[in-house]
Parts: sequence; C-alpha cells; structure tokens
Amino acid sequence: MIWVDTIVQGVLLGGLYALFAAGLSLVFGIMRLVNLAHGDLIVLAAYLILFVVTVLGVHPLVAVLLAAPMMFAIGWGLQRLILTRTLGDDILPPLLVTFGLSIVIQNALLEGFTADSQRIPMGAIETASVALGPVSVGLIPLLTFASAVLVIFALNQLFYRTSLGRAFRAVSDDPTTAQLMGIRPASVFATATGIAMVVVTIAALYLGVRSNFDPTIGPARLIYAFEAVIIGGLGSLWGTLAGGIIIGVAQTLGGSINPEWQILSGHIAFLVVLLIWPRGLFPRAFD
Amino acid sequence: MITRRGLIRSTAASGLLLSAPGLFAPALAQGAKIKVGYVSPQTGPLAAFAEADAFILEGFAKVAAEKGLPIEVIVKDSQSNPNRAAEVAKELIIDDGVSLMLVASTPETTNPVATTCEAEGIPCISTVAPWQPWFIGQQGNPGDPATWAPFKYSYHFFWGLEDVIAVFTNMWGQLSTNKSVGGLFPNDGDGNAWGDPNVGFPPVLSAQGYALTDPGRYQNLTDDFSSQINAFKAANVEIVTGVVIPPDFTTFWTQAKQQGFTPKAASIGKAILFPQAVDALGDTGHNLSSEVWWSPSHPFASSLSGMSASDLAAGYTAATGRPWTQPIGFVHALFEMAADVLGRVSDAGDGDAVAEAIAATNLNTIVGPIAFNGAGLPPFAVKNVAKTPLVGGQWRLKDGGGYDLVIVDNKTAPNVPTGGTMEAIV
Repeated sequence: MIWVDTIVQGVLLGGLYALFAAGLSLVFGIMRLVNLAHGDLIVLAAYLILFVVTVLGVHPLVAVLLAAPMMFAIGWGLQRLILTRTLGDDILPPLLVTFGLSIVIQNALLEGFTADSQRIPMGAIETASVALGPVSVGLIPLLTFASAVLVIFALNQLFYRTSLGRAFRAVSDDPTTAQLMGIRPASVFATATGIAMVVVTIAALYLGVRSNFDPTIGPARLIYAFEAVIIGGLGSLWGTLAGGIIIGVAQTLGGSINPEWQILSGHIAFLVVLLIWPRGLFPRAFD
Repeated sequence: MITRRGLIRSTAASGLLLSAPGLFAPALAQGAKIKVGYVSPQTGPLAAFAEADAFILEGFAKVAAEKGLPIEVIVKDSQSNPNRAAEVAKELIIDDGVSLMLVASTPETTNPVATTCEAEGIPCISTVAPWQPWFIGQQGNPGDPATWAPFKYSYHFFWGLEDVIAVFTNMWGQLSTNKSVGGLFPNDGDGNAWGDPNVGFPPVLSAQGYALTDPGRYQNLTDDFSSQINAFKAANVEIVTGVVIPPDFTTFWTQAKQQGFTPKAASIGKAILFPQAVDALGDTGHNLSSEVWWSPSHPFASSLSGMSASDLAAGYTAATGRPWTQPIGFVHALFEMAADVLGRVSDAGDGDAVAEAIAATNLNTIVGPIAFNGAGLPPFAVKNVAKTPLVGGQWRLKDGGGYDLVIVDNKTAPNVPTGGTMEAIV
C-alpha cells in the first residue's frame, strides 16, 4: 500500500510542478524566451495574494481573482517595456535581463516584506484530507492537481480554438510572415506574457498555501519547472503536465528508497527522457 | 622581511616608548576612537537573524555616548553569503583598520569572518552558531580530531549540540511515550552534525533507550515528505526531531496532518526559531517544542545598560512593533563583550593583548555569564569557546491568536525559570 501512496503523492506533486511550469511553457513556446525570473515572479504573485488577503481580509481564492488582473498588467508591461527589447537572434540578452530581474525582484520583496517566512492562510482546509481507497490524500494537493489540469485544458482551448491562439501559434512559427498577415508580434507577445502571469498567480496560490515562502525561495522552484517543460516537449502544454508528473513520481519513488535520492531521481528522470527523446515527449513544432 | 604583524608589533613597541606616561591607562581612556567591525547577514535568506541589528546598535551608541566610550562600530552586511562575509571582513581589517571584529549568526557568517581574522591576526568574537560547526568547521581537517588546533585570535560564545540533545531528551522525558523517535536531518551542515552516528543524536538516544528512525539525509527545499511520513508511521514513531528549514517543516507538518500522522512531541531546531515561522503554521503549531537560547524571562541583565532581558525584548517590540526573537539577546551580548574587553586593554591596536583580554573575560551578560573557563567542553575547545545556558520551550497558542514561547524544561540551566510543563501535542 505504501507504493500506491508514494505514486499518488508523486502524481499530486507533479500537478504542482506542472502549474509552476505552465506559464513558463507558454512563454517559452511562443517567444523562445527563457525567463529566469519565473520563480521570483511566482513569489511576487504569492506576496500580492497575501497582501490582498491581509489588507482586504478576503478569502485567498477571492484574492487570486483580484491579484490575477494585476499580475496580467505586470506581465503585459514587463513584456512591452523590457523583454521585447531583448528578443532577437541572440539568446543571451533575455537570459541576462531576466537573471537581473530575478535579483531585482528578490531584493525589492526583501525591502518591502522583510525576510520573514510567510504563508497564505487557508484555515482548516490546509490539513484536511480525503480517503481515496487505501490512501489518504490532502485536499490542497488534490486541488492543486485539479487546477493544473484545468489550467492546461483552458490554455489548450485558448491556443487551438481562438483567434488569439492562432496569433500565438503564428508568431511562434514565423513572426515575419505573421506580420504580413496583420499580426503585431510585440502586442501578441505582451498578451502572452500577461496570460502567463495569470497562470503564475494560480501557481503562487498553491505555493503559498502548501508551504512557507520568503523573498529568496523562487529560484529553487525554477529548475523543476524547466525540466517539466523540456520533458514535455517545446510548446506542448499537456506535455508539460506529463513532465511535471514524471518528475513528481520520480522524486517520491526515489525518496521512498532513500530520501537522499529524492531530488536526484527527479533530475535523473529528466536526463533519461532527454537521452531517449532529445526533443521531449510531445514536441509541437520542429525548430 | 617586513610582515604586517611584525610591523604592528614594532610600531606598537615604539609607540609604547613615546606614550610611556599613559602606559597603564586603559585604551578606552585615551580618547582616540577605537574601531570595531561588525559583520552580520542583514539581507538574503538569513536576514531574520539580523533584523534587530539596527535597534541594538542604536542602543549601544546611546550607552557608549553616555559612558564616554570612544568606540566606533563599522557595520557590514554579509548578504547571507560566506564568500561575501570573508570579503567584508578583509575590508574591515585592511581598509577600516578595525581593532576588534564582532560577528554573529550561523556558521555561514561566523566561520569565514573568524578564519579571516585568524589569518590577519585581528581578535574576533562570534556568537549565534553552535560551537561544533564553528570550531570543527574551521579546522583544516574536520574529519580528524587529532589535528584540531585551538585558535589564537578567535573566540566564540554559544551552546553546543550536546546541550540541544540534553534539552530535547529532558523534554521528552516529561511525557509518557513509546520512546520511538523519527529524525528529519537534511543534507546540510546542521543536518549532518545532528544525525552524525558519533557526535550527533544517534549515540545519545540509543544510550537513553530511544529507538531512532532516520530515513536518510534529504535535500533542503524538498516538496514532498511522504517517504519520511510512511517510514515514521511504520515504526510507530511518537516523537519527531530534526533541524529543518522553515519551508520544509511547514511542508512536512502539513503533509503529516493530511496523512493522519500526529506525533506526541515534535522538537525541531531552526524551523520554529522565529515567531513569524510558527505563525505561518496556523493553528497546527501548538505545542511544537524547540531549544530556547534566550527569552525575556531569562534572569539576566545587560552589563552595559543594566537592562533586564524582559526590558530589552519589550524595548525592541516598542521600537519596531515586532515580536522579540532569540538572536536579540546574543547580538546585544556581543557588544557587551566588546565594551568589556576594550575597557581592559591598554592598547587596542595590539591584537595579542586584545585576544588575551578576551580570553580573560568574566562577564555577566544579558545571555548569562560568559567566561572562557572550559566548563562543559572537551579539551580541544576549552581555550576558544564559552558556553551559554540552554533550556527547552514550547510554542503555545494565545487566546487572541499568535503564539507564546513557554519555557517547559530547565534541567540544563535551573536558574532560568520555567513557565509550565511539557504538554503532548494531542
């Protein structure tokens, strides 16, 4: 029974990683922009939710609804004012700029919110659990997983069923030709980053409810998000979910053998997938 | 060859001849400002340790002005980074020419600074790091006790691992349990020391009849603790202990509750040191226990200002609106030490004389008496380490929300009053 529990916990953990990765996957898939500040933006969103909860005294789920548009605006402005200027043939400028952004966000948060450990308070639901057959599953991890599936489903609908999604795919495949068709890449990119920040806000809610966060905790989560994106294949959102689950299950399985192996086995799973399928499991485009 | 130390020694000697009339006057009375360096992690992940720095420094400046102590404190930020700590220590020594170095908070800060001072021949007083990682961590070969040598200029006051072990087992002794202990030891300096089969928890626990379940060293910032929880459940664990960083403990504790695992006692180092971290646990932090180095109820007073421990804590809360934390007392004591030591040397520029004065310290500080008399220490650490008292406490939910730290075990330091007895978590 311990094995079943281990795998179930791993799948649920994978949901969290997929949520971390979904926004990254979107931006990476459309602009080939590696956003090294992604983890810090999640922490920024977590502070924003916490701020709304403390100031307005509303439930965190309501706070997310208020924080999401703010994060959309932040993402839109960030892309329009800063990141667009770094896009080009050279992959180095966006890396450097987002790396710098990561440091700026961390220290700004440290100035504004001090180094205290914070958590988004949810009351009794934090420790509540439901029995699924022989295993006891925490309500929050279950919600996290459900949200991950929902977010990825919604992003997929957006991507393949709307004209905005068509624009996303067009600029991703060939920005120059897309421009000939009347699409303005800069505006599409800004909208994409805005949407990615909405996803980041949802991820931030679960990061902040599951455990403590402080201004410096972002980068540690970035690596799993990247691995989930790469395992899934560039531009495939369901692939990102699969990637998250693979890392999550590999971690809990490794941990059940020996906790020393927990983090390592996630990374090993990533390397094995890359060895066998260098382009990830479900690559969308060839480039 | 002219070496830096040789030069100081010769100039000090010639200076001595010139100032012969003032030979026996203490350095503090000579008028010239004595520069003291202070390194602490004011930013970065360890910043919570240094949050009271500004308050303590302000208080020290006030007392120094009242008493006419010509001490100038130069403060540098380690940014929670050991390399940066060593760099700013060098700057303080070479650019600012400090006569005495003070450093606080975690081996990541104290060790690089103390090592730099030792190499440069500048006396250094450090605190807020258990003495084992401080002393052993600075040795050339930490694995071989035969090679360990005492330091000439570095002195340290705090407690050690043996005190935590004694405090924790005393607290557990107050409860009736099946003596089955689960260990959460991460793969970092603290975790490896606590879980060490020779000097850590395992030998003491087995000697006292406790069975330890140690699943292995996990990485910090692990997102899932189901393997540990399953192992603890299988061994019927009733006591959990470990040295865990705050986010990991919240992850573990929340997941344990979700999985229906609630031990009778959870004695955790590091994670629940700061009240803010306990608050983050919501209502589930009730009756978690940890070691207590300093609290407002400690029966000690400052040798500088005469303030009692409760006055200092209340003053901090009044000045900043934040709850008191344990490092406050120790940072204050560091400056008590500086004033006391510099008051007993005739030439603050003479590193050897200052080091001698530190070694001869016998001072009642706000964290208890400090004397480098080797009490409770193995022979190799006698020269450089002074131990301060350690007791055990439990976090209790207050009626209006928030937590109080209540001292529940004082067998290790009977002069510190208890505020209650150990209670089981359920």
